[in-house]
Amino acid sequence: MYRYTEFDTAFIQERNRQFRAQVERRIAGNLTEDEFKPLRLMNGLYLQLHAYMLRVAIPYGTLSSAQMRQLALLAEKWDKGYGHFTTRQNIQYNWPKLSDVPDMLDALAEVNLHAIQTSGNTIRNVTADHFAGAAADEIADPRPVAELLRQWSTDHPEFQFLPRKFKIAVTGAPNDRAVIKAHDIGIEIVSKDGQIGYRVLVGGGLGRTPMIGKVLSDFVPQADLLPFVEATVSVWNLLGRRDNKYKARIKITVHEHGIEEIQRLVEARFAETKAAFNGADLDLFAEIKESFAAPAFRNAPEDDFAAAYDADPVFRSWADTNLAEHKAPGYAIVQVSLKAHGQTPGDASAEQMRVLADLAERFGHDELRISHEQNVILPHVHKSDLPELHKILKAHGLATANIGKISDIIACPGMDYCALATARSIPIATQIATRFDELKTEHEIGDLKIKISGCINACGHHHVGHIGILGLDRGGVETYQITLGGDATETAALGERTGPGFSYEEIVPAIERLVDAYLDQRESAEETFLQAYRRLGMAPFKTALYETEEAEAA
Amino acid sequence: MPKPFTPKVVTANALIEGDVIYLAADDSWVRDLTKAEVLSDEAIAQIRLLDAQARPSEAVGVYLADVKLGTQGAEPTHFREEFRRTGPSNYFHGKQAEADA
Ligand code: HEM
Ligand code: SF4
Repeated sequence: MYRYTEFDTAFIQERNRQFRAQVERRIAGNLTEDEFKPLRLMNGLYLQLHAYMLRVAIPYGTLSSAQMRQLALLAEKWDKGYGHFTTRQNIQYNWPKLSDVPDMLDALAEVNLHAIQTSGNTIRNVTADHFAGAAADEIADPRPVAELLRQWSTDHPEFQFLPRKFKIAVTGAPNDRAVIKAHDIGIEIVSKDGQIGYRVLVGGGLGRTPMIGKVLSDFVPQADLLPFVEATVSVWNLLGRRDNKYKARIKITVHEHGIEEIQRLVEARFAETKAAFNGADLDLFAEIKESFAAPAFRNAPEDDFAAAYDADPVFRSWADTNLAEHKAPGYAIVQVSLKAHGQTPGDASAEQMRVLADLAERFGHDELRISHEQNVILPHVHKSDLPELHKILKAHGLATANIGKISDIIACPGMDYCALATARSIPIATQIATRFDELKTEHEIGDLKIKISGCINACGHHHVGHIGILGLDRGGVETYQITLGGDATETAALGERTGPGFSYEEIVPAIERLVDAYLDQRESAEETFLQAYRRLGMAPFKTALYETEEAEAA
Repeated sequence: MPKPFTPKVVTANALIEGDVIYLAADDSWVRDLTKAEVLSDEAIAQIRLLDAQARPSEAVGVYLADVKLGTQGAEPTHFREEFRRTGPSNYFHGKQAEADA
């Protein structure tokens, strides 16, 4: 696993000392809230509806068991015994007191974690596939590329005052699990004639103006990556709309100028940036790659797995649903669902965090990942260990077999916590999960991604849900708009609105009608909801949503 | 025609705890909406707001929230204020758990 350098450690300690002094001055009345607010936001501290919220960064979503145990300690000591894992691959504590936050940050620093939010109009934390280094379909591990970009962009003098924030995601596999088409720049590692290179997308994003990224270049050779990305950011830095914060992201620049024009400008600028790079970046890249070397996998028989798979239907269902294919023979990627039916998506108790840390230590080469789908991943588990691991997960409410299914819902905090929300999202998620668990149709329905946001900032990624739900305030009443056909993968698409929204009471029955319409009209059990929608279009779903309702009301 | 003034309370989040607080008639901060001072005169409401904003080491994000008068005192008119005075709906945490404490 990548280790922070001494420089990083010293930097975090210094920041913590500064922030402790700033909190003291704020409490003593020597700093106003206007002065203090940007300081606390830089350190991941937000003020929400009912309390402060501390957001802790988890770079590439990767944690060691020691770090996970420390997260559990924070939850117990300074919060209400749980933490919330988010779509940004970080953890949030919903109840800290301002005066406790400096101690929390020091406790995090002990395990090289921090809440520094590289905020402002800069290049933000680079994200990568949560199966990185483990996935069978991977061409190369995306994390070294992400880390190279992080080091290049940190304190980059040209890019400290960009028109707006800038987010980059990297996938090493053709199956995109990093939502690269919804990032300012998305990078896909590809191989051409035996040579590794990158397909670079630009101009994706969600939020109030959602857009799917467009191809900027089909193949950038490995050696040209940094000068190419630098050329891209540099072109936008000059062209980007600084007059209007809603039009400043690169997605709008690409939209207004057209991708061909942007391609031309980037090519021209690339000729200059390429000349300025001297190859030091390539040495650095080679060094970084070594620090992400795979653990030593073992060769062992898989008989125990096969025996449990045949004998235990609960284990079988879990294995079929929650495991993903590993690149090493005999290994599996374990996805631990944080979506037990009726529970808040993404929440884990301190006890559950400790159990996960123990499991990672015993069976998983000491590694844990947090996915943007708000689940925990043990990336490297030998199949012979799975029956024992499953037993322990089950004993702690962590064995829900629902990855990728209708109850594996992404939901933002919405109005239960978030000060910007226009409606709640968590109770919609828990009610949908509970309802389909009662109906026992979850596995019959198959792959179906529901994503819910509590306002147009789209933290719940609703635009790219097969079924997206957006909570709004319409005349003082919570109202939920449905979109259909969104897709967050390599075939990314934005969902289309079905029509008028539904009230808090109506939304769960409306989702049920949609799913019934799908079950009625699918060609076979193999045709997923998304495939059926693509074949049938909106019409039958609209009928199910609106005409049935009128028929019932009449 | 200007809209008629509707009753308000002064509300904010507490600096240290971060939780929801309301201004009472005796200038103290209270945690229970029914104990808040209800302001039905616009000019007085503005003065009370300014008073509260001048206490930055106690309160953050001070504003006037709409209320109506119920049998117990002030009651929210918008669902956001209902959640603020109650707490989240996924856990029995926040104000709902602290009542009578
Ligand atoms: C109460 C806490 C939160 C606040 C105040 C907040 C606020 C915001 C705002 C204002 C934006 C729009 C940013 C912009 O375009 O400038 C945003 C975007 C985003 N938030 Fe949050 N958020 C919160 C919690 C979360 C949580 C819990 C998650 C994950 C579950 C999340 C994930 C995201 C993501 C992924 C985006 C980017 C959407 C895009 O691609 O544009 N946020 N958030
Ligand atoms: S989408 Fe809106 S409601 Fe949900 S967390 Fe983001 S800002 Fe808050």
